[in-house]
Amino acid sequence: MRFMPGKTLYDKIWDRHLVADQDGESIFYIDLHLIHEVTTPQAFAGLRAAKRPVRRPDRTLAVADHNVPTEGQALGVDAVVDEEARLQLQTLVRNVKDFGIEFFPMGDIRNGIVHVVGPEQGRTQPGMTIVCGDSHTSTHGAFGALAQGIGTSEVEHVLATQTLRQKKSKNLRVTIDGEPIPGVGAKDFALAVIREIGTAGGTGYVIEYAGSAIRALSMEGRMTLCNLTIEAGARAGLVAPDETTFDYLRGRPATPKGAAWEMALPYWMSFFSDPDADFDREITIDAGQIAPLVTWGTSPEDVVAITDKVPDPASFDTPGKRASAERALEYMGLSAGQPITEAKVDVVFIGSCTNSRIEDLRAAAKIVEGRKVANHVRAMVVPGSGLVRAQAEEEGLDDIFLAAGFEWREPGCSMCLAMNPDKVPPGQRCASTSNRNFEGRQGRAGRTHLMSPVMAAAAAVAGHIADVRDYL
Amino acid sequence: MDAFTRLDAKIAPLPLANIDTDQIIPKQFLKTVEREGLAKGLFYDLRFDGQGTPRPDFVLNRPEFKGAGVLVAGDNFGCGSSREHAPWALMDFGIRCVVSTSFADIFYNNCFQNGLLPVVLTADQVQALMDEAKGGNHVVSIDLEAQTVVTPSGQTFAFEIDPQRKEKMLKGLDAIGETLQAAPDIDLYEMKQALANPWLEKA
Repeated sequence: MRFMPGKTLYDKIWDRHLVADQDGESIFYIDLHLIHEVTTPQAFAGLRAAKRPVRRPDRTLAVADHNVPTEGQALGVDAVVDEEARLQLQTLVRNVKDFGIEFFPMGDIRNGIVHVVGPEQGRTQPGMTIVCGDSHTSTHGAFGALAQGIGTSEVEHVLATQTLRQKKSKNLRVTIDGEPIPGVGAKDFALAVIREIGTAGGTGYVIEYAGSAIRALSMEGRMTLCNLTIEAGARAGLVAPDETTFDYLRGRPATPKGAAWEMALPYWMSFFSDPDADFDREITIDAGQIAPLVTWGTSPEDVVAITDKVPDPASFDTPGKRASAERALEYMGLSAGQPITEAKVDVVFIGSCTNSRIEDLRAAAKIVEGRKVANHVRAMVVPGSGLVRAQAEEEGLDDIFLAAGFEWREPGCSMCLAMNPDKVPPGQRCASTSNRNFEGRQGRAGRTHLMSPVMAAAAAVAGHIADVRDYL
Repeated sequence: MDAFTRLDAKIAPLPLANIDTDQIIPKQFLKTVEREGLAKGLFYDLRFDGQGTPRPDFVLNRPEFKGAGVLVAGDNFGCGSSREHAPWALMDFGIRCVVSTSFADIFYNNCFQNGLLPVVLTADQVQALMDEAKGGNHVVSIDLEAQTVVTPSGQTFAFEIDPQRKEKMLKGLDAIGETLQAAPDIDLYEMKQALANPWLEKA
C-alpha cells in the first residue's frame, strides 16, 4: 500500500473544487461570489465590452456597503448627496438588473456589510469556495470555507467563468490553546497573531486556526479572527466547522432544510485537517498570555498590551523598521515611552466587517451600560447589517448606546475606510474596532488605534485609551 | 492587457516598508466607475499636502524623477486592500514596473492582470538599486524574457518569476478568454456538483 499523507482542511477544499489544470495553473470553481458597488463597475463594463454573460447569477449576491451614508438610507440611492458615490451605487443597481443578480439594495433590512450579510443569510457554508472584490473576504473562513479577496479583473473573470485561476498556497497552522483572561477575545487573538508573525508573515499561506481557544469561540469571534487574517498577509483564514458552526447555520434563509440539511451535514463534517496532515509552518500561542491589545502605530503589526508603553523606535532590529516606527510615531502624535493609556481619544468607532455583529454590540453595550461617553468624545455605533441593527433594537442595545451618548447609525462600512461621510478629522485620534490603522485610512491625517469592541467602549467612557478590565 | 517585454526607464526610489494600497490610492479616488484617469490619485497624501499643494520633497514630485517608469520600494509593497485601483493608478501615472523584496499576495496578483511587472530582488539588491537611483535621472533596464534587471551602473540582477505568469505578461494574454477554452470542464464540474451537493443549487 502506498503511503498517502493526510490532507489539511485547505487541501480538501482545494481538491474538491479543481476544475482543470491549464499550462500549470489551476482553474478552480467558485461556489459563491459576493459583490459590492466599489470594485465591480469596471468588471461589468468589461463583460459588456466583450459581450459576455454572467455565468451563474444564482451564485452571485450583491450588496451596497462601502460608500453608503449611515443615515437616511430609506430615501434610496438617488438621494445620496455625494455625486460620485451616487453614480457608483446607481451603476450597481443597473448592473444587477441587467445581469439578473440577487441584490439587497441600500435600505433593505437584509443589506449591510458584505461579510456580515453572507453568513447572516446562510449563503456562507462549510467547504465552499467564496470570493469577493474585497480583501476582508477572509472573514467567511470562519465557517471552514476557502474565502479570499480578489481584484476587479478577477471579479470579471469569476462573473464570466465562475472560476478562478490560481496556484496553490502553503499551509500555516496557528494553534491557540488555553483560556483567555476576562476582557480578552477574538480581536486580541488576531492582534496577537499579527504581532507574532508581522503583516507579511502570512504571505503565500492560507492560515488554519486550531486549538481549544478557537473551539471555544463563537461564530462571531471566529469571523473576527479570520477577517484579520489578511492583515497578517494571508489571503484566507480557516476554522474547521463544528457544532458551533452548524448551530449558527441552522434555519438561516439560504441554508439547506429538511432532507437537504441531513445530506449537507456529513459533507460539511468532512472538512477538517487530518491528524497526520503536513503544515508548512506551525505557530502556537497561549491564550492565557494575551492581554487586551491595542495598536500604537500605522501598521496592524504595531501592537502593544494595554499595560505597556509606546515603543522606542531604537528598539527595532532593522534600519527600515526603525524608520517606519519613527514615521508612525510622528503621524500618530505619540512619543516613545509614553503609556498607551495616556492617549486621549476624540472619536470612537464601533463597527466594520471585523466587529459589527450582534455579539460585538452586546459586549460593548455591557461596558457602556449606566455610563456616559466622555464629554470631548464623538462615539458611534454602526451595526453590520439592517438585521443586526433590528436585533440590537429588539434587545434594547440602541437605548443603552444612545443613553450613554453614542450615535446609533444605519449599516455600512462607514468610518472603517471613510468612503462615505463618516470620517476621522485631521489630527484626531480614534479608538476603532475596524481592521486597518494605515495613514489616512479613516480620514486624511486621522489617527487610528485598533482594538476590540469592549476596549473601544472603555475608551469612549474614559476619554482615553483604557484597560477594559477596569470596567468589567 | 498590455504586454510587457523590455523596459528602459527612469527609476525612482521609495524607501518605505509596508506601503499599503490605501497609500497608493486613497479611498476618495475609488468612487469611479472607470479604470482610467487614476494617476491624479496616485500616492495622493504623499504627493500633496492638506491644501492639495505638491510636496516638493516627495520623490515623484522632484524634476529629476519626472517620467519615472520604475519604482523601487521597501518590503511588503501593496499590502492591505484588494483595490485594483492601485495598479491602475501606477500604470496611469506611467509606472510599468515595481521592484521590492516582497509584495502582498493580492496586489502581486493584480499587477499581472494589468501588465504591471512586480520584480522581487534580495534586500541587498534592492538597497543597491535604491542607492544608485538616489540622485535621479538614472535609467534601469528590465528584461522580462531574460529575467534581469540592469542597474544604472551596469550591475545585472536576475529575478525569479512564475513561468505561466511570465508567458502571459510577455504576450499580454486575456485570462478570461483562456479559461473559457476550458468551458466543457466547467460544465462537467457543475453537473457533478449538482448531483453530489444538490443543496448548493437551491442556495
